[in-house]
Amino acid sequence: MTQTPSMTDATIAANTAEPGASLWHDAWLRLRKNKLAVFGGGALIVITLFCLVGPWFSPYTYEQQDFAQYAKAPSAKHWFGTDKLGRDQMTRLMHGGRISLGVGICATLVSLTIGVLYGAMAGFFGGKTDAAMMRIVDILYALPFTVFVILLMVVFGQKIVLLFVAIGAVEWLTMARIVRGQVQSLRKQEFIEAALALGLSQRRIILRHMIPNVLGPVAVYTTLTIPAVMLLEAFLSFLGLGVQPPMSSWGTMIKDGAELMEEFPWLLMIPAAFFSLTLFSLNFLGDGLRDALDVRTSKD
Amino acid sequence: MKRLNFLLLLAALIVVSGCGKRETRVEVANREQILLYGNKAEPQDLDPHVVQGVGEHQIISTLLEGLVAEDPKTLDPVPGLAERWEISPDGKVYTFHIRANAKWSNGDPVTAEDFVKSYRRILTPSLGSLYSYMLHPMKNAKAFNEGKLTDAAQLGVRAIDARTLEITLECPTAYLLNSMASHYTWWAVHMPTVEKHGDPYRPGNKWTRPETYVGNGPFILTEWVPNSVIRVRRNTNYWDSANVRLNGVDFLPIESIDSEERSFRAGQLHRTEELPNAKIDAYRKDNPDLLRIDDYLGNYFYRINVTHPALKDKRVRHALSQALDRQAIVETVTRGGQKPAFAFTPPNTAGYTSRAQLKFDIEGAKKLLADAGYPEGKGLPPIEIHYNTSENHRAIAEAIQQMWKKNLGVDATLRNEEWKVYLDTQTATNYMVSRAGWIGDYPDANAFLETFLSYSGNNRTGWANPEFDRLLQEAGCVSDVKQRTELLQQAEALLLDEMPLLPIYFYTRVYLLNPAVKNWHANYQDHHPFKYVYLEAPAK
Amino acid sequence: MFRFIAARLLQTIPVLFVVATMTFFMVRVMPGGPFDSERSVPPEIKRELDAYYGLDKPVFQQYLAYLGKLVRGDLGYSIKFANRSVNETIATTFPVSLQLGGMALGLALLLGITAGVMAALRPNSALDYAASGLSMMGICLPTFVLGPLLVFAFALKLQWVNASGWFDSTDIILPAITLGIVYAAYIARLTRGGMLEILSQDFIRTARAKGASEVRIIFRHALRGGLLPVISFLGPAAAGILTGSFVIEMIFQIPGLGRHFVTSVFNRDATMITGVAVFYAALIVFFNLLVDILQVWLNPKLKY
Repeated sequence: MTQTPSMTDATIAANTAEPGASLWHDAWLRLRKNKLAVFGGGALIVITLFCLVGPWFSPYTYEQQDFAQYAKAPSAKHWFGTDKLGRDQMTRLMHGGRISLGVGICATLVSLTIGVLYGAMAGFFGGKTDAAMMRIVDILYALPFTVFVILLMVVFGQKIVLLFVAIGAVEWLTMARIVRGQVQSLRKQEFIEAALALGLSQRRIILRHMIPNVLGPVAVYTTLTIPAVMLLEAFLSFLGLGVQPPMSSWGTMIKDGAELMEEFPWLLMIPAAFFSLTLFSLNFLGDGLRDALDVRTSKD
Repeated sequence: MKRLNFLLLLAALIVVSGCGKRETRVEVANREQILLYGNKAEPQDLDPHVVQGVGEHQIISTLLEGLVAEDPKTLDPVPGLAERWEISPDGKVYTFHIRANAKWSNGDPVTAEDFVKSYRRILTPSLGSLYSYMLHPMKNAKAFNEGKLTDAAQLGVRAIDARTLEITLECPTAYLLNSMASHYTWWAVHMPTVEKHGDPYRPGNKWTRPETYVGNGPFILTEWVPNSVIRVRRNTNYWDSANVRLNGVDFLPIESIDSEERSFRAGQLHRTEELPNAKIDAYRKDNPDLLRIDDYLGNYFYRINVTHPALKDKRVRHALSQALDRQAIVETVTRGGQKPAFAFTPPNTAGYTSRAQLKFDIEGAKKLLADAGYPEGKGLPPIEIHYNTSENHRAIAEAIQQMWKKNLGVDATLRNEEWKVYLDTQTATNYMVSRAGWIGDYPDANAFLETFLSYSGNNRTGWANPEFDRLLQEAGCVSDVKQRTELLQQAEALLLDEMPLLPIYFYTRVYLLNPAVKNWHANYQDHHPFKYVYLEAPAK
Repeated sequence: MFRFIAARLLQTIPVLFVVATMTFFMVRVMPGGPFDSERSVPPEIKRELDAYYGLDKPVFQQYLAYLGKLVRGDLGYSIKFANRSVNETIATTFPVSLQLGGMALGLALLLGITAGVMAALRPNSALDYAASGLSMMGICLPTFVLGPLLVFAFALKLQWVNASGWFDSTDIILPAITLGIVYAAYIARLTRGGMLEILSQDFIRTARAKGASEVRIIFRHALRGGLLPVISFLGPAAAGILTGSFVIEMIFQIPGLGRHFVTSVFNRDATMITGVAVFYAALIVFFNLLVDILQVWLNPKLKY
């Protein structure tokens, strides 16, 4: 925090607050107390570690085929069974997790950064600026996504990074809309009018007052964005445009498993279970974050 | 009193729920003699001069008939709209005699002039027919179709009288009758109808709607809801209607094969177009009477870009072929009863089986590779296997990748592209090895071999061999059957020796068929003329 | 208010224009053409077809021709299905998607808002977990898993409905549930979040102190503000749900508009791609307008 030469009353008030009572520190303390959120966070860490570190311990690679092991149910040799090409499902799950979680997090971060800023600005400024900004969102929303993805793939080749870019480029739009809606209603609240009256810069108001107050719905929507991203990636693979085999992602494993669910149910159930567990954890964490960041729901 | 009411209600509920299953669609259809046919994709159109798909063939064959028809068991040419024909001694002039009672669905008689006009239409370049080259054996057809000739009167087709049609060919073409029987490009359309609903010589003509379609086949088009259903029903004006037992066919364009299989199980279809790979074993074991695995006139192969420096040497290409365990591929990967392909033309295609056969010989392959200068694969750049995005193609490519590595020490990489991009890449010969498939348009070796002519747009490998071209051109003009077969054998031998392609397996059609469907015979073209098919529900 | 609506309707025009233009050029840049197939096209025939569709003219001229037709509301003819106009295709398939989407949306709103409100009323209780948990299932089970599962259970095992098709009146049930559940989950989560925000505010405390019943509090006071995030989310989502889902239409073989968004791209059917994109853009603008009006109505502090 840089000291501005002209100290306004608000700045003085902020600087003389009790030690350690900043928004973030408070939130962290509250979050720690929320058992479910802690469980969620813990589970996420375990899963992430499982996916990141697991493959080093596996005797199989994710692409190793063995036709003698055609679609075997879980056994001592293959803890999670094998698929139609005789590949070990556990290793594939771990590799797939790396990609799914990676895509989920990266795309969500992209969508968060761009979406929140964009939406906040549109909601705050209102009027013609808002109209123009939202019309741009409409345009981008209406553009055929499949065309866009095919073009990207063709021009730049089929790289995973492109997947992050493509999906992030689409997800920020809804985030922006939600943030804009929240900001619009906040805008009319007294404390914002007060800040304006005090002459605080617009940038400061947006960053220090608006955004922290929209973090609630944003946190919730973020926990919805990550699974949406993972499923969007699965949809792209469904069309042949996403993660390319022999690489796998949870989305592709679930899609493949769905087609075989009657014959080889473990191919669907295990990836789906991991996917669900991750999502539940994310949600508990997200709810916990939401509760922690919302000053008013605190019990004191 | 309340208790009694309650008991009555309970009883009613039990009765209603135990009332017996609803009748399935198939059961109703069996009674009504309507065949419920899963047809995979929505047809592009129902105009035989404009389309090029297999699904379209099935539907159009209910609405139109050719001069020559197919025997349902053997696919041999039998009389269709023409009750007999004569072939001139030099094999170049065919004279067809159209039945007196052949009529269009609106009552008009079928005349020779209908065929003359139809052939002129399909060959007119501005129509943009993608399959018009099927008629090129006809005199001047190629020149007219390419715009080099503009006088349609010079085409080798004329109406001698109202019911006699004479077709003159460039060369005696042995497979002409087969082609006319199995391919809709040779069938006639009702030109007055076409002329009424748009420009007959341009795309986009609207005559194929149910309200306006006029055909001469066993059925008429009654309903067409895109992506939902196409219904055809009995054509009472069809000359042989008395012998047609089905009352109609409902074509259901279900694109998802999983969805199609579920619909079949729910009793909504008599026949599916395909069967998901993973379910084949289950059906073999539990419901073999529903499963059909028919040999199909097609070859699954890899094109080899012979202009690529690593693949220029024919010994390398042979090594790659000999190291392939095709039997393993069809047994463990595709699992659909396919046969490994050691030649290009499928065996017993109208009696022809290729003499030349490739072999599976790992030691021999290793030696060839070493002779070519790449002992144990060292020095050979990785072979890039190119294919269009699909689970099956990927599985086969990965299996082959492993075989080359294990048997030859040769590395391979995989590259897949979306369908249209893949076609682009292949046409531009921008690949090393590229997956391909070819279905024969008519049962003759020529249907396959001609794709590798140096000037054929279907070649796409950069391979050009004047001797091969000469052999095929000669075979196209020879009337003696034995002589022709010999020429074809030599051509195929040459092709397999030069190896611009890696044949992998011969196709099969794997699908589900309800046992109530009768008179359904397996054949190489998967053509099941609907005028002979009928439904007989199993006795309860 | 009317000025606001009029202004927004006017803004629709540049939006549609930009969408049409960008899509047009994006499609032209894609490799692969509508006539490419496994069987090669003879060059003369390709020339004729290109000439018929105007594909041989300079791109800019094609663009102007396209704009000319667009202004008159004519979206052109499909390249793959040459005797069907894009307008006709949309006119016959959109009602189907609308029916399906409408039912799914209704279901989603009903389930989602109810679950979200119940969860928000008793945060971190068993009810909350149950409602949240169920809605999470909706998100975890993508349509291509849920659809086949429902078909397996209700069409194959219980034989209550058909496995696919759009013929009987019962054919709408399974696809609507499949489509609706996913959105219900989203709506539930967003409602819960929004309601929690509102319920913690002072004016709710006041109402409670005054002795207002729970029901009154929800319906008269909380819902208006609590539903704000849902409304914002729903704007474009509604356009999406009503134009149909490619996956649902594939699984249940429904002749809706959704499939065309994807298949036209794979067919390189330029007119269909652009036509459908423009239609979709119009819908989005319309729904966003609706959402913004709703937001004003729900939160009177926002005046225009």
